[in-house]
Amino acid sequence: MSQLRILVGVKRVVDYAVKVRVNSSQTAVETANVKHSVNPFDEIAIEEAVRLRERLPKGSVAEIIALSCGPAKCTETLRTALALGIDRGIHVQVPEGTTLEPLAVAKLFSAVVKEEKPDLIIMGKQAIDDDSCQTGQMLAGLLDLPQANFVAKVDIKDDKLTASCEIDGGLETVECSLPAVITTDLRLNEPRYASLPGIMKAKKKPIKTVTPADLKVDIVSKLKVLKVEEPPKRKAGIKVETVEELLNKLKTEAGVL
Amino acid sequence: MSLQHTLSRALKALPRQSASKSASVSLTPALLYFSQLRSASYSTITGSKQTILHQKLKASKNSNVSSKNLISKRFAGYTPRTRNPNFKQLTAADVGKFGEILPKNRMLVSKELGGSEDTSDMDGYNTDWIGIYKGKAQVVLFPINAQEVSQILKYCNSEKIAVVPQGGNTGLVGASVPVFDEVIISLQKMNKVRSLDQDSGALVCDAGCVLEVLDNYLADHGLTMPLDLGAKGSCHIGGNVSTNAGGIRYLKYGSLHGSVLGLEAVLPDGTIVNNLSTLRKDSTGYDIKQLFIGAEGTIGIVTGVSILAARRPSSVNASILGANSYEDVRHLFKQAKSELSEILSAFEFWDSESMTLTLNYNKFSPPFETLYPFYVLIETSGSNTEHDEKSNLAQNGILAQDKSQFRKLWDYREKMPQAIFATGYAYKFDLSIPISKLHDIVGYLKQKLTSEGLFLDKDGKIDPSLPIISVNGFGHIGDGNLHLNVLMKNEDEKIIESFKYQVYDWIKSMNGSISAEHGLGIIEAENLHYSKTPEVIDIMKKIKHLFDPNGIMNPYKFFPPT
Repeated sequence: MSQLRILVGVKRVVDYAVKVRVNSSQTAVETANVKHSVNPFDEIAIEEAVRLRERLPKGSVAEIIALSCGPAKCTETLRTALALGIDRGIHVQVPEGTTLEPLAVAKLFSAVVKEEKPDLIIMGKQAIDDDSCQTGQMLAGLLDLPQANFVAKVDIKDDKLTASCEIDGGLETVECSLPAVITTDLRLNEPRYASLPGIMKAKKKPIKTVTPADLKVDIVSKLKVLKVEEPPKRKAGIKVETVEELLNKLKTEAGVL
Repeated sequence: MSLQHTLSRALKALPRQSASKSASVSLTPALLYFSQLRSASYSTITGSKQTILHQKLKASKNSNVSSKNLISKRFAGYTPRTRNPNFKQLTAADVGKFGEILPKNRMLVSKELGGSEDTSDMDGYNTDWIGIYKGKAQVVLFPINAQEVSQILKYCNSEKIAVVPQGGNTGLVGASVPVFDEVIISLQKMNKVRSLDQDSGALVCDAGCVLEVLDNYLADHGLTMPLDLGAKGSCHIGGNVSTNAGGIRYLKYGSLHGSVLGLEAVLPDGTIVNNLSTLRKDSTGYDIKQLFIGAEGTIGIVTGVSILAARRPSSVNASILGANSYEDVRHLFKQAKSELSEILSAFEFWDSESMTLTLNYNKFSPPFETLYPFYVLIETSGSNTEHDEKSNLAQNGILAQDKSQFRKLWDYREKMPQAIFATGYAYKFDLSIPISKLHDIVGYLKQKLTSEGLFLDKDGKIDPSLPIISVNGFGHIGDGNLHLNVLMKNEDEKIIESFKYQVYDWIKSMNGSISAEHGLGIIEAENLHYSKTPEVIDIMKKIKHLFDPNGIMNPYKFFPPT
């Protein structure tokens, strides 16, 4: 088998455990002074790339590259990926506050793929901030590559990729040639913790920074956000003292009896 | 200095230190797992602890620990068998008197005494949290202020009716439940915050406030309670004070003897002692409130607490490390203390036996591929998110792990007691030992039990045919507090008796304490002399007599039987 080179997408998103708030101008969720982490699906992508290296015959995976598009702090996100076993990072830097739509990200990835020529591109099936679930598919379309989405299991043998994909009501097994794009689903693996030696090593690994202009990609938004609002708040429940009161309320207020 | 930086130094330094001391001390190659939490919201973290508590409760209630072992059967130290005849047997007339003080809906009275409750309805108040003690109280009273408590106690004292004050009833030594028919005075309806001084952080509240509720209240003001423990979702601040509870923030915020600024307490004769000071400094005479901290309701009932809230940390990091020897754990602790000093908020450790139990029971995946003899969990809390972030970036350019990993990491430690309870019959010690000797008792006990043919075969392997399946230790190393557990297949009084006093003798020889943060209650009452000299016990008795000459306050506990 020829040596594999893998590209992994890594997005910096508001931490999954943070309670998001709409900003005061109602244009987006508040991101200032909020804990950010690697998009959980991208963590799974990172883990799978590293596991492929561990699982396939020694030396099969020549290089794993992580790519992140976003503001300066994305280097931090890339360092996490490097600590987990990725070899080097590429950061497509945009000014803080720039909106990157899935198509723009797909175009940026496409430009990087043309330069780096990876055999496999692993991306999270979606990012937990905008939940678009489009970038992987668009990238495959732009590059005219085979794609396997919502992958729960993946194997590579003799330059053929076999993947189990989560579909409604079951699993679909697909087989395709390389290069290919796959997007990860939750059940693919359980990401490991970053080890301290890994974190130390990550400091010395290279991260290349480029701009959309360097890649000759137009990232101007095609969409306009009119307004971001919180869903209506649920009203607090009440405690009733007696069964009679409960029945009464069910009849008169709830109208279910 | 950042946690990250300290850890990396520890990584480099440890093997060198070990090697220079003795060639046989193995190296510590792995300081692994690092998780960062920035601009953390504590409430989400503590939320998960509450769930843990409920799971613990379930686990202990379901396990064989609780179902069959009531007070008369179980060997749990001193178990009083005869009711003190000097105490009055309750009559309907007494219930009538209580009814003059409290409205009907704030009393539970058994049918025998003319009330409406089956005795089983009162099981929740009569049974302790780990389910080993069960009293037979027929009356539970729910006062809502100190005046009501005062009237109740005044009456009980004049009639020589024994009482037991009760908070969240989450104690681990049986102090909060009646032994016989003592009247239960539950503080659960005294649950109002009285005031908060936002300048100083002094919080004044009723004794029946739930710890977590207080912490959530303080969160809105950027403050946090100076103590935190597994039972926070149920335990009351009054109970915390009366137990002199410790917990996982002890290392950072210290003892309740320091953070409690004042107390309101009711004495058996009905006197309301109002000492609810909010002053940081006060050097005017005897510090009476200190007597009530850790008194377990034996000299009066704490009804109000003034406590110094701490600034809520906005940036929290945590890390789990693997170590090859207890020596290495000590080195790590020293290093963490010197380099992380004011931001070090927890330093917990556990051994491989505890780790195996929690991994198996909770089905956790291990943090590292290899099993290390010791694990350490370090938590730091800072106040300057931006600063921490920047210094980390500048020095290391490191990554941010996420909040869910932070919680998973604490789960290794916090779900340990649950795993131990569920795996077999656990005999637990809560010991205070000088840090240098902290884990020695585990090795000592293992060796002893093995030589007696109760634990481990010739090759040092677990032998399933032997009665003891695990001897393990975990705890708060920063506070010199070890939770030592002997796990048996089945409860066996003879075996417990064979090792229990040897552990206590060992503790005494180390000038340690037999109860670090759980109190004395019923379980440890008879063993007080292992920690306190006869002179000290004598003074304790004099104090008790001064406050409570009739001995009605939480009797049969705390003091060794005469």
